[in-house]
Amino acid sequence: MSVPQSPLDAWLPRVPLGAWTESAVDWATGSLGPFFDAVAAVVDALVRPLSDLLTGVPAVVVVAVLAALGWWLRGWKFGLGTAVGLGLVAGMPYWEETMSTLAQVLVASVLALLLAIPLGVFIAENKRASALARPVLDLMQTMPAFVYLIPAIFFFGIGTVPGVLATLVFSMPPGVRLTELGLRQVDQEIVQAAESFGAPPWMVLLRTKLPLALPTIMTGVNQVIMLALSMVVIAGMVGAGGLGDVIMFALSQVEVGSGFEGGIAVVVLAVVLDRLTDSVGDRFPSARAQRLARQDA
Amino acid sequence: MSALAVKSLYKIFGNRADEAVRRLANGAPRAEALVGLPTTAAVIDANFEVRPGEIFVVMGLSGSGKSTLIRMLNGLLRPTQGSVRVDGVELTTLKPAALRRLRREKISMVFQHFALMPHRTVLENAGYALEVAGLPKAERRERAMEALRMVGLVEWADKLPHDLSGGMRQRVGLARALAAGTDILLMDEAFSALDPLIRREIQDQLLELQAELGKTIIFITHDLNEAMRLGDRIAVMRDGRIVQIGTAEEILTDPANGYVAQFVADVDRTRILTAASVMEKPQHVLDVNAGPRVAAKALRESQTSVVYVTGPMKKFLGTVTEDEVLRALREGRPNLDGYVSTERARTVTEDTAVADLFADCAESQHPVAVLDERGRLTGVIPRITLLSALAAATPDEPADAPAQDDVELVGTKGESA
Repeated sequence: MSVPQSPLDAWLPRVPLGAWTESAVDWATGSLGPFFDAVAAVVDALVRPLSDLLTGVPAVVVVAVLAALGWWLRGWKFGLGTAVGLGLVAGMPYWEETMSTLAQVLVASVLALLLAIPLGVFIAENKRASALARPVLDLMQTMPAFVYLIPAIFFFGIGTVPGVLATLVFSMPPGVRLTELGLRQVDQEIVQAAESFGAPPWMVLLRTKLPLALPTIMTGVNQVIMLALSMVVIAGMVGAGGLGDVIMFALSQVEVGSGFEGGIAVVVLAVVLDRLTDSVGDRFPSARAQRLARQDA
Repeated sequence: MSALAVKSLYKIFGNRADEAVRRLANGAPRAEALVGLPTTAAVIDANFEVRPGEIFVVMGLSGSGKSTLIRMLNGLLRPTQGSVRVDGVELTTLKPAALRRLRREKISMVFQHFALMPHRTVLENAGYALEVAGLPKAERRERAMEALRMVGLVEWADKLPHDLSGGMRQRVGLARALAAGTDILLMDEAFSALDPLIRREIQDQLLELQAELGKTIIFITHDLNEAMRLGDRIAVMRDGRIVQIGTAEEILTDPANGYVAQFVADVDRTRILTAASVMEKPQHVLDVNAGPRVAAKALRESQTSVVYVTGPMKKFLGTVTEDEVLRALREGRPNLDGYVSTERARTVTEDTAVADLFADCAESQHPVAVLDERGRLTGVIPRITLLSALAAATPDEPADAPAQDDVELVGTKGESA
């Protein structure tokens, strides 16, 4: 915090934004303690069993299940690729960390989407809320990812929970944005048709708008998962465990080998998750219909 | 009672709508009245009533406000001011739930770009209104199938809209509206997105269905020929106002102002004008029981060579010529029975389009006889009458358009519909 040097700048008011933030966080830590404890308990209750399950069963089973899923959703080539990629990770020393990261990504993404999609629906229907949400989403998305870790430590201490929650906050915006975008892009004439036959708003939303917006919403789901994966590694800094730990340790020790191994494990997870969620979106009838419509044009 | 009545209806988009209505109420043109106001006036002081079972066409160019108008008729848009009554129920003050019920029970709509749901099958689309109404699945299916049968798409029930051509998709749109079972159908540029041949076909299909079902249809179009073809009555819109309401013939023969006249200048009159509107009173009509002498006298007085002969109840029988009258005289017959020929004068009905008269007029030796629906002679059309009727029907050309001569009119205009 340097004092303005030029006399021209002397009139500028000093804005102690940092101090305000600190006191806000202090207040929240003191007053909202029980709330944060409850949140922490829920997140922990979700991540721990899933992580235990993924690390508990033999690696071969996990690889086989994901490969079969890949085969079913995208064909045998992708199934085989999944088997090879995950097999490679299983052959390296960080399988447990990989599974722990996967558990954190899945929990953080699911929670993020549970918040993001309803919020996206709400702001798609409400112009004023949309105008308010936009700068908040911009802030959430552009704030350097590390910064989320600081209040997370204050509220939740060190460990998996602050990592997952920071991940949740960081990965949520595209889920909200793409839900809103998808709903706004639905052909207005089709919406009017539904309304003109007397369909109530909930029916228009559930049976017309959401199905038609689904491909875009699924892109949002995909984006959320990808951002969660990138954040969960950064969350290693707060002791969230998993691949983040491996990479942070490798960085501090300048160990090229284990750093690369951890990095490759992240890449394999990213590719598998990306392609799998991508093809889930394509399987909906509305996505099929839109693909056909594009072929027409 | 009218099926649908619109009174002093306004739709103003933007702020200070009340001020805009006040300024427009005295009839000032929209461009002048709204200077300095942050508003757009889409519909200005619309008044009309639609009778049950009629096809009421609202015609205007884009920006004339017709799409806004039709969306106020089922409350998709809330009017700024004025009244819309459907079956006597004032729609503008209905609560949302009551408005939705009115839409389910009274009014359905067909859209310009079909507005089918791409993720639902043709059958599911056709049954949409019934699904909204909460009907059990079996009944829904049955009624949707019935509607698809009416438009000839039963075999396509399980396909997705994508599998269908444009014309077929719009027939699904029509089936969806018919399945709803409402008395009133709103059709917003329903056929405008289709190519001309398909459009013609689906217009025919609509007219056939209408003859059978007798719905009240409000049809929006920018295509004058379509308006003339479908509309029992036509409202012409310009710059948000309805400038004339009338039948196709009224609008053609008596346009309310220069705009309408110019608008209808391009229409193919020969398809709109009917035999009844160009025919002349037959000068020489004889009852079949009249004697040959009376016939001879009539021929002499009128200095023509043919008289038209009618039988009991004024039914048209045919013509007799000088030769035959003379023969009857020579042979001492008491009347013309046995001398009447049906060969020489072609007959047409009163509602035959002028376009379809040319062949008859060309091939008929004598003026074509026009008969009413009971076969009675109501008029005749000599060739010269047909030609001069066409000449009179030729619009005053706008100054910048090249004048058309009669030959071109007769020769080329017949196909443009």
